[in-house]
Amino acid sequence: MTPDLQEAGAALLERHRQSASTSTSGGASFGRLVHGLQPDFAHGVALYLDEISVSFDGFKALNALSLAIDVGELRCIIGPNGAGKTTMMDVITGKTRPDSGAAHFGSNIDLLRLREPQIVKAGICRKFQKPTVYEELSVFENLELALVDDRGVPAALFARQSAAQRERIAEILQLVHLLPEAARTAGLLSHGQKQWLEIGMLLAQAPTLLLLDEPVAGMTDEETERTAELFLSLAGKHSLVVVEHDMKFVDMLTQGHRKVTVLHEGSVLAEGTLAEVQANAQVIDVYLGR
Amino acid sequence: MSPESPVRLLPESRRGLLLGVRGWSVVIGAVAIVALVVPLLNLAVPAGNPLHLGDWGVALVAKIMCYAMCALAMDLIWGYTGILSLGHGLYFALGGYAMGMYLMRQIGRDGNYRSELPDFMVFLDWKALPWTWGGSASFAFQMLLVVAVPGVLSAVFGWFAFRSRIKGVYFSIITQALTYAGMLLFFRNETGFGGNNGFTDFKRILDVPVAAPSTRMVLFVITGLTLIAFYLLARAVVNSKFGRVLRAIRDAETRVMFTGYDPLKYKLSIWVLSAVMCGIAGALYVPQVGIINPSEMSPAASIEMAIWAAVGGRGTLVGPIVGAFFVNGAKSWFTQAFPEFWLYFLGALFIAVTLFLPRGIMGLADRFRKKGVEVRE
Repeated sequence: MTPDLQEAGAALLERHRQSASTSTSGGASFGRLVHGLQPDFAHGVALYLDEISVSFDGFKALNALSLAIDVGELRCIIGPNGAGKTTMMDVITGKTRPDSGAAHFGSNIDLLRLREPQIVKAGICRKFQKPTVYEELSVFENLELALVDDRGVPAALFARQSAAQRERIAEILQLVHLLPEAARTAGLLSHGQKQWLEIGMLLAQAPTLLLLDEPVAGMTDEETERTAELFLSLAGKHSLVVVEHDMKFVDMLTQGHRKVTVLHEGSVLAEGTLAEVQANAQVIDVYLGR
Repeated sequence: MSPESPVRLLPESRRGLLLGVRGWSVVIGAVAIVALVVPLLNLAVPAGNPLHLGDWGVALVAKIMCYAMCALAMDLIWGYTGILSLGHGLYFALGGYAMGMYLMRQIGRDGNYRSELPDFMVFLDWKALPWTWGGSASFAFQMLLVVAVPGVLSAVFGWFAFRSRIKGVYFSIITQALTYAGMLLFFRNETGFGGNNGFTDFKRILDVPVAAPSTRMVLFVITGLTLIAFYLLARAVVNSKFGRVLRAIRDAETRVMFTGYDPLKYKLSIWVLSAVMCGIAGALYVPQVGIINPSEMSPAASIEMAIWAAVGGRGTLVGPIVGAFFVNGAKSWFTQAFPEFWLYFLGALFIAVTLFLPRGIMGLADRFRKKGVEVRE
């Protein structure tokens, strides 16, 4: 290496050092260290699905589906039965492997390469259509298992609850209105309460992206309204994808300005505010079956 | 923390004492009975005395205590984790064979053929020990095998089965097939473990006569203390967060997976633990019963283990121990009083438990004790 090149290199390094010390975290994404399962949200996109296709025995459940969810966005997804909503969630959470396409969490995590627990670790949590809680454990224990902690076997064998963990559980129970039920066996809760417990279990995992499959199914009007309030308070802090049939609930969530995506036969049919998509001729055709 | 703090509304978390005062008293009482009362009544009280405990009774209880360890192991995987194994007899037998190999070598030149080799090898005209018998003269090495062989086999089998997400009845059938395959393998003389006769005619253990009253009593005490230790170990496991994850896997495995736990690791851990428990039970069983042969690997033997756990009460730890004592106690009485009716009785017992006592004897005891609505764990 000739001396003048060495000098040029030193100057470059110096300039880089200065720019690194002055740049703010919201700046360009290159040159930052990103760790294993830490999603990189510098581009403002939380979830990016590109041309995902899934077929079961020749039936195309997803047909080149592309979708992007921004960081902090609350997105509602609607569509008739069999439109591919649940399959989409299966792909995102690693339950189903797509035949083709790409799925990224942030700009750096390729979801198709990870197993379910790793995807959870990266920050994607999912609520099932049918409320799925540990029926024979107490409400408190349900949340205890969901709380962010070492998921390994040795850690679980010797785990001790800290005061901070108990406080966090109490906080979440308050948020989902289940504090008085803390000691009850989860199997004895009402259907709506189980839905809330499951939502609480998701929150306990401190996810960045929440996937909610029909979260208000089986809830009373009042419970539905409270759930909408809860989700609205979460938007901004978390990204939420809500699959729902209940248009009243979708209306509460979108508040007239948030985006709604309509799925049909495994791909996006329309996107826009609820009023826009409801006025869309194609959407009306699909829903009315013309 | 203010007095209205929501944390106060939470249930108390369990602390590390494992059992309450009553529980520990029962455990200490059990230790005293096993280690003091029984030896005294059997060895110190003369045979004519009404308080004397006969050798036959002691041997029967020792045998049942080995079975109770298996029932406890079954309960950990079936009652708490929801995995029904119909093949744990395999691990029991493997532990027994590892012990049996050592006992065969202890016979030395006192066998029928006055040879260094075990009798069955002389009979087969073998000139040297096969490689599998390499360490069989060493007690320590064979005790290592008692733990290692069931441990490694169950780990390999479990890893493939759980990784492929084989569940429910399919899993049970595969475990059944595995123990059946093991039985066929051990039936063959070429396998080198005595074929269908297995091992018997043991003379010594650690150079002391295995059938001497004092040796039998030492084995009895060790068996009893091991059972109590297994109970406490199982209690610690199910009371830990690990145990709650196991019950969560039983109730909603997908939720566990989507909460970031890897069910594979949890299932595999408890699976291997239960196999090792059965292996140790088998190793304690063989010197006291005096025989080990491939029939211990027969599917029926493994199914019986599931019956003990179910009759006693799944999902409680005392239940399987009670179940093992109840079923085997009934068996030894029935096979003497009405030998031809035993199998009918066993069948009727299982039907009755399934129909009327879904939670076994412990569920029945619960119903009598507290007629409240409290739900047991």
